[in-house]
Amino acid sequence: MTETRTSAAAPPDLPAGRARRVRGRPLLYTSYAQDMALLDTPAKRVSTGLLVVVAFALAVLLQDRSLEVLAAAYVLGIGAIGLNIVTGYAGQVSLGHAFFVAIGAYTAAALSGPPDGENIGYGVAELWIWLPAAGLVAAAAGVLVAPLATRLRGLYLAVVTLGLVFLGEHIFKEWQELTGGPGVGREAAIPQLFGVRLDQDGPLGTKEQLLYTLMLTLLLVFAVAARNLARSRIGRAFAAIRDRDIAAAVIGVPLARYKVLAFGISSFYAGCAGGLLFTISGYVEPSSFNLLLSVQFIAMVLIGGVATVSGAIAGALFISLLQPVTRSLPALVPFISGDTTQTPNVFQVETVLYGLLIVLFLIFEPRGLFGLWVRVRNYWKSWPFSY
Amino acid sequence: MKGLLESVIRGLGNGSVYALLALGFVIIYKATRVISFAQPALMLAGGVAVSYLAALTGFYPAVLLAALLIAGVALVVERVSIRPMVGRPVFVVAIITLGIDVVLRVIVNGFIGRDVRQVGDPWGFTQVSLGPLVVQSRWLAMMLVTAVLVALLFAFFRYTRYGLAMRAAAFDQEIALAQGVSVGAVFALSWGLAGFLAAIAGMFVGTGQGIEQLTWVVALKALPAIIVGGLDSLGGAVAGGLIVGVVESLFQSYQGEFAPWLGQNFAVVSPYVVMLIVLMVRPYGLFGTREVERV
Repeated sequence: MTETRTSAAAPPDLPAGRARRVRGRPLLYTSYAQDMALLDTPAKRVSTGLLVVVAFALAVLLQDRSLEVLAAAYVLGIGAIGLNIVTGYAGQVSLGHAFFVAIGAYTAAALSGPPDGENIGYGVAELWIWLPAAGLVAAAAGVLVAPLATRLRGLYLAVVTLGLVFLGEHIFKEWQELTGGPGVGREAAIPQLFGVRLDQDGPLGTKEQLLYTLMLTLLLVFAVAARNLARSRIGRAFAAIRDRDIAAAVIGVPLARYKVLAFGISSFYAGCAGGLLFTISGYVEPSSFNLLLSVQFIAMVLIGGVATVSGAIAGALFISLLQPVTRSLPALVPFISGDTTQTPNVFQVETVLYGLLIVLFLIFEPRGLFGLWVRVRNYWKSWPFSY
Repeated sequence: MKGLLESVIRGLGNGSVYALLALGFVIIYKATRVISFAQPALMLAGGVAVSYLAALTGFYPAVLLAALLIAGVALVVERVSIRPMVGRPVFVVAIITLGIDVVLRVIVNGFIGRDVRQVGDPWGFTQVSLGPLVVQSRWLAMMLVTAVLVALLFAFFRYTRYGLAMRAAAFDQEIALAQGVSVGAVFALSWGLAGFLAAIAGMFVGTGQGIEQLTWVVALKALPAIIVGGLDSLGGAVAGGLIVGVVESLFQSYQGEFAPWLGQNFAVVSPYVVMLIVLMVRPYGLFGTREVERV
């Protein structure tokens, strides 16, 4: 199967532009353009297209409650793709993702908040202004942190980024004009697109349908951008740094510049995710940006599949859908209680599941859900032979 | 001046607890090249085990039993989840310990319940006077016990066969294997020791104020301690623990007066600020070995 992939040099009689596809040989590439294509086989094009159509169709097929859960999952997917860029592609371990998410959330909330309210607000509710702004401010914070990252490596960096989460938590609890303070919180950013409020029922659909469609569209944009980044010059530099940073430096990759870039882009994604994350609930609370959120992002990346965009999205869906599934457990399993005061309760089961899933996936399927998919695909590719 | 010295002693007392935890981190790091994020859960479990056992056997035997019990738990964790990962990237193993921490903590929280559990310590809030200074006797107990344990630990590494094996494995695992050192046994021993130290630290954290579900956060302050001291230096772990303890205590006493603009409870995050400042100057901590990188 693999030898057909290597025929990159096109035979001279073929036209230079759009290369000829041979019928019945989906893996035969006759030009560089085919080899580098985002969706390089007909099967991928068809399945991706179907998936996107189904995802958009869900907006009218599912009930509003489910749409809300899925919309939140898509936003977390954007955040997980961001963490994947710095940790999965560039190999810089970050436990501080929650900090950048928080910066994005507060930038967006402050920009769109009412100017005369209790909290800082500038009254700019247009999504296309506050969303890039949230991303850029978080990216600026990421670039500020990056000089430390270029000096440190491995677990030193992990602990330092962990420290960021704690420092951030302290700042957000104290800076009450911005954040409303612990237990009080503030209104989240208002999603308004060209004068249409997306967090209210309107002629285009219910609030949940509008937000779901928005989040799905944004997820697609961010995911395609990340895929393109990963296969560009920058992505190759990231991979070289991940595999061995000194070797990368020797072959001419400017380490400092690309590590700063990795943190910047990752934080941009985190900031955008932060700005969007609370538009669904409409409320931001400073204590939600804690270590647990960072660990959840790590879990999404690891369970989904390190250094794959589709894996990060799958991981985000998996982790977000875990919650509604465990919440329905008390009805099915009698000894698990829905009450926090009793001891096997759903919240404990949920936490244990996070931990167990991380451990089990890392031990048995290090490539995550994406790895499971690759196994299934390879089985059917070579069927009826076993390899 | 009197207040300052009392504050420093309080810091040294808390700092010696951080030092015990930091030693656990460093011992595991030296043997396996991994930061074990499971230390907070082991510490919490240690404190809870003491609180249950003290009612049965009295305080001092309970501490020893609990420490051995938690060492056993750490051995099981190591065997089940860390040993299969030999040779895999350290980051992956570190994240596994993060997962274990989450799982263990939920189990331990089941034993804690919603109340504060007292560990039944003989010190409580009793105070003794050292000349003009009045300090709580538990700070002194913390310092004394830590000093004894650290001395024993250094003697163990210096003079025993197992200590030598651990130093050899820390230096180079492959060469140690070639010389007949069982690296697996070293892994197990390091986790056992770390569990033992964490349990004692947990007991001390519980003295006076008791153990509750949120107590595990204390163990996270040992992370800046090991980074300040250097990840692979035992002496650095002790120094880092004491530095972090004293800095935190001084901020607790004086920040409200001299720098109120930093906000309430800044002391809680001050260890991380110290860590960032130290790392700006020395990226491998105060006593850590500077790694020579080769391709």
